[in-house]
Amino acid sequence: MMKEEIRHADNEKIDLRVWKRLVAYGLKYKARVIRTILVLLLVSGADLAYPLLTRYAINHFIVGGTTEGLGLFGLINILVVIAQGIGVVLFVRGAGRLEMDMSYDIRQNAFSHLQQLSFSYYDTTSVGWLMARMGSDVSRLSEMIAWSIVDVMWALTFAVGVIVVLLVMNWKLGLLVLAITPVLAVLCLYFQRRILHQQRIVRKANSRITGAFNEGVMGAVTNKTLAREDAAQGEFEAITGEMKTAAIRAAVLSAIFMPLVVNLGAIATALALWRGGVEVFAGLMDLGTLAAFISYTTQLFDPIQSLARILAEMQAAQASAERVIDLLDTPSDVQDSPEVIARYGDLFHGKKENWPDIQGRVEFKDVTFRYKTGEEVLRDFNLTVEPGQNVALVGETGAGKTTIVNLVCRFYEPSEGEVCIDGTDYRQRSQLWLQSSLGYVLQSPHLFSGTVADNLRFAKPDATDEEIRRAAQMVHAEDFILNLPNGYDTQVGEGGGKLSTGQKQLLSLARVLLADPRIFVLDEATSSIDTETEALIQDAIQTVLAGRTSFVVAHRLSTIRSADRILVIHNGRIRESGTHEELMAQQGEYYSLYTHQYRREATQAALE
Amino acid sequence: MQQNKPSRAARWKRLWRLICGCRRYFFYTILATLLAALFAYLSPLVISFTVDSIVGDKAMSLPGWLQGWIDGMGGRDFLAANLWIPGLAVLLAQGLNGVCAYCRGRFSAMGGEGLSKALRDALYRRLVRAPYAWHKASSTGDLVQRCTSDVETVRRFMQMQMMEVVRTIVMALVALSIMWPIHRELTLIACSLLPLLLVFSFFYSKGVEKQFLTVDESEGAMTTALQENLTGMRVVRTFARQNEELEKFTKLNQDFRAKALKLNNLMGVYWGSSDIMGYMQIALVLLAGIYLAVRGDISLGTVMLFSTYSSMLTFPMRQLGRILADLVKADVSLKRLDEILTAPQEDEPGKGLTPAIQGGVEFKDVSFAYPDGGEILHHVDFAIAPGETIGILGSTGSGKSTLVHLLQRLYAPTEGQVCIDGVDVADIRRDYLRRHVGIVLQEPFLFSRTIGENIALGDPSATQEERFDAARTACVHDVIESFSEGYDTMVGERGVTLSGGQKQRVAIARMLVQKTPICIFDDSLSAVDAETDAAIREALLQRDTGTTILISHRISTLRGADHILVLENGRIIQRGTHRELAAQEGLYRRICTIQNELDAAQEGGVAV
Repeated sequence: MMKEEIRHADNEKIDLRVWKRLVAYGLKYKARVIRTILVLLLVSGADLAYPLLTRYAINHFIVGGTTEGLGLFGLINILVVIAQGIGVVLFVRGAGRLEMDMSYDIRQNAFSHLQQLSFSYYDTTSVGWLMARMGSDVSRLSEMIAWSIVDVMWALTFAVGVIVVLLVMNWKLGLLVLAITPVLAVLCLYFQRRILHQQRIVRKANSRITGAFNEGVMGAVTNKTLAREDAAQGEFEAITGEMKTAAIRAAVLSAIFMPLVVNLGAIATALALWRGGVEVFAGLMDLGTLAAFISYTTQLFDPIQSLARILAEMQAAQASAERVIDLLDTPSDVQDSPEVIARYGDLFHGKKENWPDIQGRVEFKDVTFRYKTGEEVLRDFNLTVEPGQNVALVGETGAGKTTIVNLVCRFYEPSEGEVCIDGTDYRQRSQLWLQSSLGYVLQSPHLFSGTVADNLRFAKPDATDEEIRRAAQMVHAEDFILNLPNGYDTQVGEGGGKLSTGQKQLLSLARVLLADPRIFVLDEATSSIDTETEALIQDAIQTVLAGRTSFVVAHRLSTIRSADRILVIHNGRIRESGTHEELMAQQGEYYSLYTHQYRREATQAALE
Repeated sequence: MQQNKPSRAARWKRLWRLICGCRRYFFYTILATLLAALFAYLSPLVISFTVDSIVGDKAMSLPGWLQGWIDGMGGRDFLAANLWIPGLAVLLAQGLNGVCAYCRGRFSAMGGEGLSKALRDALYRRLVRAPYAWHKASSTGDLVQRCTSDVETVRRFMQMQMMEVVRTIVMALVALSIMWPIHRELTLIACSLLPLLLVFSFFYSKGVEKQFLTVDESEGAMTTALQENLTGMRVVRTFARQNEELEKFTKLNQDFRAKALKLNNLMGVYWGSSDIMGYMQIALVLLAGIYLAVRGDISLGTVMLFSTYSSMLTFPMRQLGRILADLVKADVSLKRLDEILTAPQEDEPGKGLTPAIQGGVEFKDVSFAYPDGGEILHHVDFAIAPGETIGILGSTGSGKSTLVHLLQRLYAPTEGQVCIDGVDVADIRRDYLRRHVGIVLQEPFLFSRTIGENIALGDPSATQEERFDAARTACVHDVIESFSEGYDTMVGERGVTLSGGQKQRVAIARMLVQKTPICIFDDSLSAVDAETDAAIREALLQRDTGTTILISHRISTLRGADHILVLENGRIIQRGTHRELAAQEGLYRRICTIQNELDAAQEGGVAV
């Protein structure tokens, strides 16, 4: 427990390098920052004016015993109020604008960076993690930094202003009051750090509760079958108990903190009242000044609290700041060289006029691939695939099939050796050049929210309705599409959630037909669907494969059998290679894989 | 039925009963609030008194005992010579106020967190005990959402909003009761703008709520696009759509920025205009005070007192308006929670017997249908003697899973009886029954804890040797040992991702440590390869697992069973030993042929 706390404290060290990067996003809008600070000073000026107005009122009207000029005084008072109100509106607008622009800019940068990162990054980074960085972390940091930039400037100016006024009004009394401020600053910093730390513990406990609820629901049946409802309840109550303790501790810290600050303020007020009263008696100070003095002492503590709070928040947000900067700074493992970009364009805009046509000949020359962790997946891998040839990759999970496919797509680059497209190492061309001639259908087909037509048009933005229909017809998707409530204009829902897996697969195949790529990669689904849809999909796959260089990570017999060439991959090497008939005759690994799969499919068919 | 009608009063009453353990803290909070308000109003009184009667020369008008005490010490002159005394009084009042504020914070946290815990525990208790059918019909995400964010809304309502409402009302009443006797007209003036401020805040907050929703929607759209982009990154790249994706995201990001900014500006206008109203109120008191003071109606101290009080009153009113606008949300949340709190529970209508279980199983003319009509099982009738093994073959949807679920009382049969050793399972105490009938589900669920702990869930009292033994039988011991942390390896997000087959085997080990006289394997070797399947069955035979029910598609798994049932559309269409069924014309033999033929015919090119 102790160790963990110490480690936390280490994590909370403010790393200025990180903050400088983030603050730069705000300082880009220098003019706006300055304008907002000026407005805030106006607001503070109004805050400072009230005690002065009161002082004037007491000295001039009440002590002087006259109402002369009360109208004018009232008018000035009201003008100050209105000026302050307008100031607040402008200030919130300015700081809010700064916040929104910062988060906008960070998100834009991060998004466009994410479009360029290689798949080795996506392999090790979960989408949930990225979403958290792009969502709450960016919001929180922008809010904090935008308002803090303004707040810090304000706090400094305001504090200096109050101190000067106090010292000018009565320097001895002023120094007396100021003696409290260092104590206050230290206290604030200490408590706010503790509070934020405790709040983090609360958040962790809270996410454990969410996790426990999730397990309680997902594992409800398992708990029942094991008859451990009571045990589960006990474990859950232990977690909620921890949460309760932690949350109360956090609340108690805040409950001590606020009164303590107020009381320190009260000490200052008391000191001012006491010494000031003595001076009033001695005739060294007038009553109005005393009243103003007391008002200022209370206002002095706001900026000091602000500064302490910002420091504490920075400490608490250190980790998220680092994560966001890390995301922005991660270099992509697959990058086009400057020369390639100059000639063929970057990942967003291709210089298509310079792009050579792709025939579709793919060669692996002595390719070795290993992950950053050093784990070797492929070793001295050689393979030549002629244009239009269909290659089926079979083998056990982890044999290296997916890696081969990723190398073809240049989602990974070889650690050693080279992959050539039409005889040229693909690193001498741009990624966009290769990838726009590539079709890829994944195990779990991915659709975007939008209509059926939108999803098909994803492959070819300028496709006519006629082209879209033809593609859908060719993969036998039109029947089900026309049965949807709005046909091609039916919304498919998030991730295509309103469609069945089979329907999604058909659409993703139609999408490839529209894009008409030279090279096609298919990662076949292992899970089976009903026989009827299955037959449609088989047929659609054959349609898409025709005439394209293709790589299929295959599981279905019909796909495997119809391939021009079957490669049995074992531990990153080609163990068997040939046509279905040749390999069956060998009675090797392919033979046993095939018979096993045959049994599965036939049993499945018989049981339906 | 009538009691189940969702009425607002009923659900708040239910909540009230639920929190009986922490109700008192809410009363303490109110008490502390009252005391804090009293003390908060004390120091302005002391200051006013000091200004008027010590520094000034107004006659003292104090409560009798205090007056007597001061007179005894030397009256005004003494106090004037020792001004630290009023200073100390201010300090004391502030200190006591601080203590009360601390108590308020502490008690309200204890109340609020106590409520959270009570509510969460009750929800969880309800969830784990809701029947299987209820869980099948609800969505995990929705339930978890309710149990987390709706609980939070209710807690905030009770702990913060309610208490804030009470506080504001108490503060206002105390202030008014002090001000009213001093000067009625000025008191009225001090309250004149407050209702306006309250009403303004209320309606403005309601109005802004719409913009909040718009911003949420816009953020949701942006988040969805981001998520779809990240999960579909391969699709984006292979269709070379980075640029279009960036444009799409930019549009959504801009839209979010614009809407969030609009909300921000609305809030700015709100703060600004309510500030104007608030400060106007304070200025009004000051001006009227001056006028009255100059006329000689009131003293300088009173002017200061009223100024301070009116600023203490004004801003909580603004807060109150906002809170009142928010109140409905809590009721909506509670309503959503109430649906869980009144969810049906697994009841125990039977005799609750705990007979010694030998393992004889009998289905007597059992039919089962879901409440919505779909009949799953039709007149299923069979018996298994203790220690026998029975195999079940059937297609998806034939009712085989439902059949074994009946044995665990996850469902109750609509007709007929399920008996164990001649006792109707409905008469056996549910948890007792489940502890004696082990089941491995088709898609087993593992909890996010270590593998060792997952296995131990079957029987927490099992020794390490027993767990290892169970894991060895399930052929998963070596796999577990190959992980760097062995049995202490975490499962799930925070640890290793197990393959489907590994999960099934861990679940088998978990069931085996239960040492139940009846074991059910619901297609729980489907993801395990044929050799491992055989090894596990071999090990199970050695272990003597009592009465065993095996659901499988593999003839090799089923063939060793004493009896085999073939299920189709909820009916037993064939029954007998492997030998008998293999000799009969029918589904079993067809499957046998498919799977056996391959064992016999060792040549390739089998046609589908």
